[in-house]
Amino acid sequence: MSPSIEARNLTRRFGAFTALDHLNLKVEGSKCVGFLGPNGAGKTTTLKMFTDLIFPSEGEAFINGISVQADRKQALASCGVLIETPEIYGSLTPREALDMVGGLRGMDAPEIRERTDRVLDEVRMTEWADHKIGRFSKGMKQRVNIASTLLSDPMVLLLDEPSTGLDPRGVAEVRDIIRGLKSENRLVFFSSHLLSEVVDVCDEVALLNHGKLLFYDTLANVTGRFLAGATEVSVEFLEPVPDDLARGSIAALPGVQTWTRQDPQRLTLTIAGGPAAKARVLEGLVALHKGLVAFKESRSALEEVYLSQVTDGESA
Amino acid sequence: MSAAPVASAPGAPVEPPRADGVPGTWTQALLLSRYQLRDYLRARRFVLMMAIVAAIGAILTFVLAYFHGAGLTGSSDAFYGSTWGGGVYVVMIFSGIIFGGDAIAGEFQNKTGYFLMGLPIRRTSVYVGKFLAALGASLVAVLFYLAILVGNGAYYMGAGAFPVTLLESFGIALLYLLALLGAVFLFSSMFKNSLYAVLVVAVLFLFGFTIIEELIVALVKIEPWFIIDYARPVIAYPFTSPLPAHVVTSTGPRGGTTTTYNPTYAEGLAILTGYFLITAVAGLFFFEREEFT
Ligand SMILES: Nc1ncnc2c1ncn2[C@@H]1O[C@H](COP(=O)(O)OP(=O)(O)OP(=O)(O)O)[C@@H](O)[C@H]1O
Ligand SMILES: [Mg+2]
Repeated sequence: MSPSIEARNLTRRFGAFTALDHLNLKVEGSKCVGFLGPNGAGKTTTLKMFTDLIFPSEGEAFINGISVQADRKQALASCGVLIETPEIYGSLTPREALDMVGGLRGMDAPEIRERTDRVLDEVRMTEWADHKIGRFSKGMKQRVNIASTLLSDPMVLLLDEPSTGLDPRGVAEVRDIIRGLKSENRLVFFSSHLLSEVVDVCDEVALLNHGKLLFYDTLANVTGRFLAGATEVSVEFLEPVPDDLARGSIAALPGVQTWTRQDPQRLTLTIAGGPAAKARVLEGLVALHKGLVAFKESRSALEEVYLSQVTDGESA
Repeated sequence: MSAAPVASAPGAPVEPPRADGVPGTWTQALLLSRYQLRDYLRARRFVLMMAIVAAIGAILTFVLAYFHGAGLTGSSDAFYGSTWGGGVYVVMIFSGIIFGGDAIAGEFQNKTGYFLMGLPIRRTSVYVGKFLAALGASLVAVLFYLAILVGNGAYYMGAGAFPVTLLESFGIALLYLLALLGAVFLFSSMFKNSLYAVLVVAVLFLFGFTIIEELIVALVKIEPWFIIDYARPVIAYPFTSPLPAHVVTSTGPRGGTTTTYNPTYAEGLAILTGYFLITAVAGLFFFEREEFT
């Protein structure tokens, strides 16, 4: 059987406000799915209903075909969850906390010991294994939380901004952990604001805005479908580029639609016409002999899609 | 992989629970209580509780020594009837507040709930596990208090002065503790706020119920069998002989009669048991429906 999660008409209202509006989403198979959306879009609300922390106003959530609302214990048995930044009892150590988690999940003692060593190593907390969690920093606590989520090697992982509170190295490590999880028979569904992280590790993305699902598709399809228009490219030269040169030769290159100046050496160009046009512009810029040192898209394709789809970024 | 394959197609009715390695409701509750108890025993609040018991014990020891036994050391029943039967509930109220006040509310307030509730565990197991841990921690405090009493009793009346009635009374006190913790957990679960829970429990159990009981007797003139405080003297009944009359009518100096009530032994036990059962079920009812927002 392949892992799956499914939301059926999943809806949550807070008073008159609808935080999640009839979400219908089925994700199945071994893959990693990024769950995107601006602040207040309803991502955490969705994941909380998938873990029975809050109850739907309508609809149902399924993990591996088991309704979370009907049987949370059964549904979560094959699922690892990390929502927001949970606190663990402060006077326990990571090893004790993981012992408890393993015991509650029905793992036996040798298995718990072996997995504990492994996951603590993965989150780089081995040297803190026997210190009280109460005195840990936020990021250290989150690392223990991630370890606890991974402990039972679950088939389905639901993560809500797993790298919250982590330092840059921690963010990179979490990215590596998630990438490492992808291989086997496992579904990873995680919300994130870090589009680069999503591009890096995800096969598919779902975008939520104002409680409504805008799309759920593969990364390639999403960028292909939404990115027909112009792309923005940032260019940098060794020497200053005078305005008349920009207005003249550069603006005249075929494909260049607009130009704006960032500083004497750097311009932002919008180029229409896809990769071929970009290549021609690049060649044209090199031919100016002003010492072109950088030519890069100012945003990733996913970022372009995100910004074009999520028009009013602020929360409702 | 700890998960067993699931046969049901999406949309098919949920299958009955299968053997998938996740322990049963009670096993999980017991396991959780072990770690929760460990957390209690290591926390500063445990030291606080022990200090409170030590202070009560010290005052008691001092009073007994200063007043040469305070007239209580003639018989072990008189001694334990007053010190244990009349005093253990204070220790229990403190320990109930300290260990139980935030037991459920804390899961919401401190976000520890997000950690526990992400696991395949029924809410019942969480509730019961936390209850057992609070019970265990309270028992440690109660046993400490008892040890102080037994020490004093042995000093004044000899090492043999350990009456069987004390065991009987201990059993009733345990029932009172269950009822008390039931109420503490109910408020903790209802308010989702430990401060409110602690305040309500402290006010009710330290004097609120007593005032209500007296008002009922004085104004409505009925037996206040629905107030837990009414049943509390039963803790001392094993040491009391004969038991007080159920209804006492006395004539005042100006001819008016006042009626006071004493619970019968069975009635007292029934009240305590009833409080425990009702608060436990009601607390669980709230917890099952509460959201971690
Ligand atoms: N308990 C609550 N009471 C009222 N409104 C709530 C509650 N919880 C969430 N909301 C509202 O629901 C909406 C969705 O919130 P949610 O936390 O799911 O957003 P999110 O997508 O996770 O955002 P973020 O990226 O900031 O984490 C928000 O507008 C929020 O104000
Ligand atoms: Mg969120």
